[in-house]
Amino acid sequence: MIVKSSRTLVAGGVAIAIGLLGMSGAVAEEIRVGFIAPITGPFAQAGKDMVNGWEMYADEVKNDFAGATTKFILEDDQAKPPVGVLKAEKLIRQDKVHMIMGGVLASTGYALAPVSTREKTVYIAPVAAADDLTQRDADKYPYFVRTGWTSSQPTHPFGEWACEQGYKRIVAIAADYAFGYETVGGFQKTFEACGGKIIQKIWPPLGTIDFGPFIPTMKQDADAIFTLMVGPMSLQFPKQLAAAGNKKPVIGGGTSYDEFILPSMGDEVIGHISVLQYSAALDTPKNAAFVTKYREKYGKVPSYFSETTYTTGLMIREVMKQTGGKWPGTEEFVKLISAVKVDAVRGPVSLDDMRNPVHNIYIKKVERKKMFGYDKEELWNTVIKTYPNVSQFWKFGKTEFLKQPVYSRDYPPCKFCE
Amino acid sequence: MTGRNKVWVVVGLLLALGIVAPFTNSFVILLITRALILAILAMSLDILLGFAGLPSLGQAAYLGVGAYLTAILATKYNFGLGWSFWLVIVLGILLGAATAAFFGLFAIRASGVYFLMITLAFGQCVWGLAYRWNSMTGGDNGINLPGRPAFGIQLANDVTYFYVVFGFFVVSLLMLYVLVQSPFGRSLEGIREREVRMRILGYNTWLHKYIAFVIAGGFGGLAGVLWAHANGHVSPEDVVLTTSVDALLMVVLGGPGTLVGGVIGAGFVVFLREYLSTLVPWWQYVLGGVYVLTILYLPGGLMGILERIRQSGAPFDKPEAAKKPAT
Repeated sequence: MIVKSSRTLVAGGVAIAIGLLGMSGAVAEEIRVGFIAPITGPFAQAGKDMVNGWEMYADEVKNDFAGATTKFILEDDQAKPPVGVLKAEKLIRQDKVHMIMGGVLASTGYALAPVSTREKTVYIAPVAAADDLTQRDADKYPYFVRTGWTSSQPTHPFGEWACEQGYKRIVAIAADYAFGYETVGGFQKTFEACGGKIIQKIWPPLGTIDFGPFIPTMKQDADAIFTLMVGPMSLQFPKQLAAAGNKKPVIGGGTSYDEFILPSMGDEVIGHISVLQYSAALDTPKNAAFVTKYREKYGKVPSYFSETTYTTGLMIREVMKQTGGKWPGTEEFVKLISAVKVDAVRGPVSLDDMRNPVHNIYIKKVERKKMFGYDKEELWNTVIKTYPNVSQFWKFGKTEFLKQPVYSRDYPPCKFCE
Repeated sequence: MTGRNKVWVVVGLLLALGIVAPFTNSFVILLITRALILAILAMSLDILLGFAGLPSLGQAAYLGVGAYLTAILATKYNFGLGWSFWLVIVLGILLGAATAAFFGLFAIRASGVYFLMITLAFGQCVWGLAYRWNSMTGGDNGINLPGRPAFGIQLANDVTYFYVVFGFFVVSLLMLYVLVQSPFGRSLEGIREREVRMRILGYNTWLHKYIAFVIAGGFGGLAGVLWAHANGHVSPEDVVLTTSVDALLMVVLGGPGTLVGGVIGAGFVVFLREYLSTLVPWWQYVLGGVYVLTILYLPGGLMGILERIRQSGAPFDKPEAAKKPAT
């Protein structure tokens, strides 16, 4: 018996030794990218899409970043902020990465940003959308750059759009964490500014898959339902809502209907409308090529998670072009990437002075149709309206906007809640 | 009585750790620091599980209150970032103990699986507070600490912080060792073996268990304060059930009723999970395999290996081994 367990120990020791060997040997112009994404757990699909997007870009340019190569080091954070923090420390201290990239949840973004400041390492967030990282707290995190979006960025125009549809009273149901509050907050602010009323806010905990206790409490006299779901919640909510006999129009934040989950959904989501900076059904030649190639390679339509890491690769390569393939140093890199303007798959992207993208926002409707020459009818997020070059401050102006507190469970206050 | 040799071995290993740790790489020292903090938590649980026979599934609650206390004081009141760090340590211990004193009123009445369920429920209550009490705890975002305390010495330096944690660890080990060697500790073991007999002998077994529960809570609170500063971030994810289960597994893996077993378990789990996971993607199988093998073949945990070697006729310490009652 003792022999057996000592054998496991020996095997473990050998594994560690082999791993150590594999870590040595660095080349001069190798840009080490520490990538943090959930590879296991309920958010694994989003994590995989992120990894695929980056990988596809690196393969496409044959890992030639203007003379430099990149080394991709993946760590699994299981979508838990404390695990993410430890993985970031590992990537920075042990692998000596030039930048960390990733994090899915807004809470992970809030947890990783201080690590980047503490360790003076670039942190690029292609997904984590926590508002304050590029708003009220931007000064605290000088090495933080966002290539994705802020949570409230798409829902600002969406609120106005909802008014245009003639909706007056809306019930909001959203995941109970920062991303949920900020998405709903942005929507509520602009929707109520043009005369709409949010009459109820419901916050199911992150990761809820049984909405039985929540759906019956929704006010019956609303004109529409606003939903913001993430991960496995996205799949379950529309199903259960339809089973409960809902006839009201359903609108929502981008992650409720994003392509990471859309192929697994059924007819219950047809006609639902959401908003985001990307749709796989975006009808541009660039996107058609991107979707076809991605699908060929990974057997699945790309989601915004794939597009955003792909575009991040594009932006980093632009920086390396300017430096001639030399790593410019942390501060200089942040400065250079902030000035980059690219024509990405999602459309034109540039960063504002708080290092957050300015890009198009698309209003999308789920339809079953054929696209890009595929012969099967499938669900696609058809773009029905485009708001060009939307900044995180929408039409409010930066100083005016930053005077208000960050959107939270209680802000903006629910004046019309009954 | 445990052998004097055993004590010397532990002292020797601790000295070696204290000397070697600063020369490891800057990531490994973080892991050692974390392992030591979790070792304090595991030892506190061992008092309950290994000595009093109370399998608690809520030990993360005390780690949680300690950690959140530290984070809230630091961010909201700017307190505990200088000399007042020591005050926060005391407050953390007191709050951990007070929380345990409250929970204990309800939990100690139960035993076995019912005790497990009640402590689990209390643990989840603390998690629920951390997750839902947004204005205080920051909800799901957790709290970012402004940095480690500085009072003449800079705890921001990882080696310095390691020594502080190391110091607390050694003191905790010493105090708990004295505790379990004391008549009080002996009576806990008696309660574990046969509570009815102890009651008939005139012991107030409820009070004994209650006091042990409160003491374990205090050490849990201490671990929490250190944990908050080690990570620079406190999240509901730290208080979640998994942390309690981890602590339990550490004790079971190392060997319940040995104190040192919890320490070995903590080191084992932290390094298997946080270090092996950076090397191979199938680390979870290794961890699972180790758990299963330990439970199947080493009911006494990893510490049981030593015992077996001794019993199989190793030359040293033979008379001691013969005298020693089975644990």
